[in-house]
Amino acid sequence: MSTAVDTSAAVPLPAEGDGTPLKKRLRRAERRRNLLFGALILPLALVVLVAFIWPIGSLLTIGVDNPEIHDNLPRTLAVLEDWNGSAPPDEAAFRALADELAAAKGSPAIAAIAKRLNRENAGYRSLVMKTARKLPLDAAVPAREALVAIDAQWGELATWQAIHRAGGALTPFYLLAAIDRAIDADGDIVAAPEDERIYVDVLLRTFWMSLIVTVCCLALGFPVAYLMASLSTRHSNMLMIFVLLPFWTSVLVRVAAWIVLLQNEGLVNRLLMWLGLTDSPLQLLFNRFGVYVAMVHILLPFMVLPLYSVMKGISPVYMRAALSLGCPPFRSFWKIYFPQTLPGIGAGGLLVFIMCMGYYITPALLGGPKEQMLSYFIAFYTNQTINWGMAAALSAVLLAATLLLYMVYARYLGPTRVKYMKAR
Amino acid sequence: MKHAASFLRAAVLVALGGAVGTASADITVISFGGASQKAQDKAYYAPFAKATGVKVVAGEYNGEQAKVKAMVEAGNVTWDVLEVESPELVRGCEEGLFEKIDFAQVGDKADFVPAAVNECGVGIFVWSTALAYNADRLKEAPTSWADFWNVDKFPGKRGLRKGAKYTLEFALLADGVPTSDVYKVLATPAGVDRAFAKLDKLKANIQWWEAGAQPPQLLASGDLVMSAAYNGRISAAQVEGKNLKVVWNGSIYDVDSWAIPKGSPNKADALKFIRFASQPDNQAVFSGEIAYGPVNLKAVPAIDAKVAAGLPTSPENMTGAMATDTEFWVEHGENLEQRFNAWAAR
Repeated sequence: MSTAVDTSAAVPLPAEGDGTPLKKRLRRAERRRNLLFGALILPLALVVLVAFIWPIGSLLTIGVDNPEIHDNLPRTLAVLEDWNGSAPPDEAAFRALADELAAAKGSPAIAAIAKRLNRENAGYRSLVMKTARKLPLDAAVPAREALVAIDAQWGELATWQAIHRAGGALTPFYLLAAIDRAIDADGDIVAAPEDERIYVDVLLRTFWMSLIVTVCCLALGFPVAYLMASLSTRHSNMLMIFVLLPFWTSVLVRVAAWIVLLQNEGLVNRLLMWLGLTDSPLQLLFNRFGVYVAMVHILLPFMVLPLYSVMKGISPVYMRAALSLGCPPFRSFWKIYFPQTLPGIGAGGLLVFIMCMGYYITPALLGGPKEQMLSYFIAFYTNQTINWGMAAALSAVLLAATLLLYMVYARYLGPTRVKYMKAR
Repeated sequence: MKHAASFLRAAVLVALGGAVGTASADITVISFGGASQKAQDKAYYAPFAKATGVKVVAGEYNGEQAKVKAMVEAGNVTWDVLEVESPELVRGCEEGLFEKIDFAQVGDKADFVPAAVNECGVGIFVWSTALAYNADRLKEAPTSWADFWNVDKFPGKRGLRKGAKYTLEFALLADGVPTSDVYKVLATPAGVDRAFAKLDKLKANIQWWEAGAQPPQLLASGDLVMSAAYNGRISAAQVEGKNLKVVWNGSIYDVDSWAIPKGSPNKADALKFIRFASQPDNQAVFSGEIAYGPVNLKAVPAIDAKVAAGLPTSPENMTGAMATDTEFWVEHGENLEQRFNAWAAR
């Protein structure tokens, strides 16, 4: 491969006898080089596509996918297409539904239908299962009468509206629910019922907690990084080990250690009581305090390392110059040194903030329900209720919020912006 | 370098060995872990391996069905036998996550308590969620869920399982609803509101737990004064010398069952295991190890009278207790769990 680069880099002067113009040959060489570079990044591009873009894309489609009714009751939905929706439909719809439910009986399809309708209104699950048990119908009896005889709910308008509502191939239902919105019977977007309205609060909480952790990490990490950058190599290496050692320890182990330290009969409480600072143990666990302590501890290296790498590259000459020209120490630090660390603060802050946004295990183990961030609810829908539509929709909200944040960062604090500020 | 290479070789060999090992006749049995799993190992896993030569690989989970669903849908099932709670069994059976089980291959239906016989599952044991407390910390013993809610008389934090199931029932019991009416009340929107309103009153004093091993720990350490807990975990802590007590009044019992995830490659051995675990002798050993009641009625005479008195199935403990309404939770579980989560996060 190096030969290709070499030849193209050292294109010989146009040979006398060759008819092809120089421009054309240059373009060909250029194209060859582009192809080569393309081939070199191809593996990475493939990995990103297969392991990153494709799964995220398919995850996002789950958030709007709505196949349960659409795929399993196609004939019923076709009949309902011209239905005016103000009174229960006519015999054809009942017959189609009875036939399709009978066909789905005993297969996972019937459970999917029942589960999806139950989300529209709790109680429809047993309606569907109970009806399926009594199917197929006697062809001689009108389907409407027979279904209403099995359960009176089939004669109600609301039941059919629910089927109609749930029948689209795609649904905004989950995405709307993820931002505390719902669609009412008339098809308008309204605020979700009050006892279900939490995700906006949870998202704000996620932002707020991430912000606090980032600020704490910066406040603690900056002096450490500064010290490391100004010490001799031997001492700074020693300090580096102290930073990296916890970094290499499993997150679970560190969280478990905090439980041991912070619990009612834990070391911290015993120490406080021994010192006489408190009579009864303080509640340090299962509240926000415990979560903040552990998260700052876990994420600190992600702040210290970028800061250190930037500070290491700042020449001490500038500070010395400022001081020798009579600028007071703090002022020269603030005016000369600090602005140069901004790229490190930006990178470290962004890294810590974005990692916080997706944090799950630490709040789950050390926090109460009021400390849970968005990822807890994603896990809840994925694992517990197996409502993957809702999990995907919440993931989409988290992803969008993170991207938005990154864009704001790139616009106001990104590398180009910092360079611009430095130039000024 | 040389060391690294030999280490790598060893690691590859171990990995291959492991793969080959599982590919032979081992079966993977997933339970709820902790003291219950230890008892299962003594009563079922080890004797089964000894009797048949099929090794049991034990694993644990907290009852989430997502993994089962993902395995079955991907057609890559690595779990052979799974312990499930009854609503999950019914739901999973309907959704096609579990294999249908021909009960004739397990035993005589007449020998089992009715709740142990299902289309896709075979009962393992009767367990109970009950009020437990640390007798060293409380001068006076609580006797009901109303006492659990009484923060003036019994100050301190209380533990409840993080979830709607059982929590809502206990709230209604504390609010004076008789055991026979709990599910009737809870089936109405007003009843659900009533349960949440009752929980609101205690919310500041509740600490939520998720794994069954937590309540005995938190009770023993003094973090909690009372907690809802699985009775077997409390009895296991009693054996370890902890002075924890169970209040059977207002406890809710249920049957846990074995199920076989659909597409398990070792279905025949899995069924053999379930049959083995349903034998009266083995069930009696299990009840001796942990205070969960047998589902095979023939096991009852084989159980020591002292042990039997501590089981959820003893007539004395049954008074004031109620059964889980599986149908109710299959129907309302998703909505109530969702609402519970929203409520708890606020």
